Amino acid sequence: MKQTLLALLAGALFGAGLALSGMSDPAKVRGFLDIFGAWNPTLMFVMGGALIPMGIAWRIQAKLRTPLAAERFNLPDTTKLDTKLIGGAVLFGIGWGVAGLCPGPAITDLALAPRSAFVFVLAMLAGMGLFRIITSRSTPANEVKAPGAIGK
Amino acid sequence: MIGGAAALMLLGLGRIAGVSGLAARAVGLADAGPPPVLAIAFILGLPLGGWLMAQALGGVSLHFPPNIATLLIAGLVVGFGTRLGSGCTSGHGVCGMSRFSRRSISATLIFMASGVVTVAVMNLMGLS
Repeated sequence: MKQTLLALLAGALFGAGLALSGMSDPAKVRGFLDIFGAWNPTLMFVMGGALIPMGIAWRIQAKLRTPLAAERFNLPDTTKLDTKLIGGAVLFGIGWGVAGLCPGPAITDLALAPRSAFVFVLAMLAGMGLFRIITSRSTPANEVKAPGAIGK
Repeated sequence: MIGGAAALMLLGLGRIAGVSGLAARAVGLADAGPPPVLAIAFILGLPLGGWLMAQALGGVSLHFPPNIATLLIAGLVVGFGTRLGSGCTSGHGVCGMSRFSRRSISATLIFMASGVVTVAVMNLMGLS
């Protein structure tokens, strides 16, 4: 229960920050990406501002054995640069540039501009579903055939 | 506030505040990640916090692309791309970059460049 409330609080703080900073406005985000045109660099300070507390948090994290409200840290440990990372980032950037929306602001905007945000979020979840279908099909055959491997 | 929220996830729950991963986890489209209830709570918190902030500010101005097809195509590509690339602006851009992760710094530079090129090309084509 404590963990759930903490996650809700973190999400709410994140959403409030996006609304306050203007990241929730697709036109402002496109203006930030429009460096060859009518460039609006203000969102750079939002990103920079977010990096400072997080940089400090990573310093604290390195000294902690466990998180304050969970049993262990569950953090990514991959360091390899691969084509998936690069291709995914290229695609994401294209979609981000087209509409001016990335996942956080889009979900936050469900409360602020429900109709447009709903269309985008639904399509985004469909894209995530499509990725899941494609990657589950490309699972090596021996893994699929193993007894008990069907389902979760 | 955004950095504080991400710090809360890291130090409180030991997790990365990556919105694309948490969104996929919340709707059952990801096998790895925190317990779904935590992902759902974080994802529900986003519009809740956005709404509260909008009330406090007396409204925020939002300008969406008017065309539904634009939203559909962009949404599809963002959903697919963030899963393929294991993260978006929050996970790679905020959490990963501040950790000096080579993968996240690369991903952020690439999606920023890709977004800049996309906007420039659309402007040249008179699409925006």
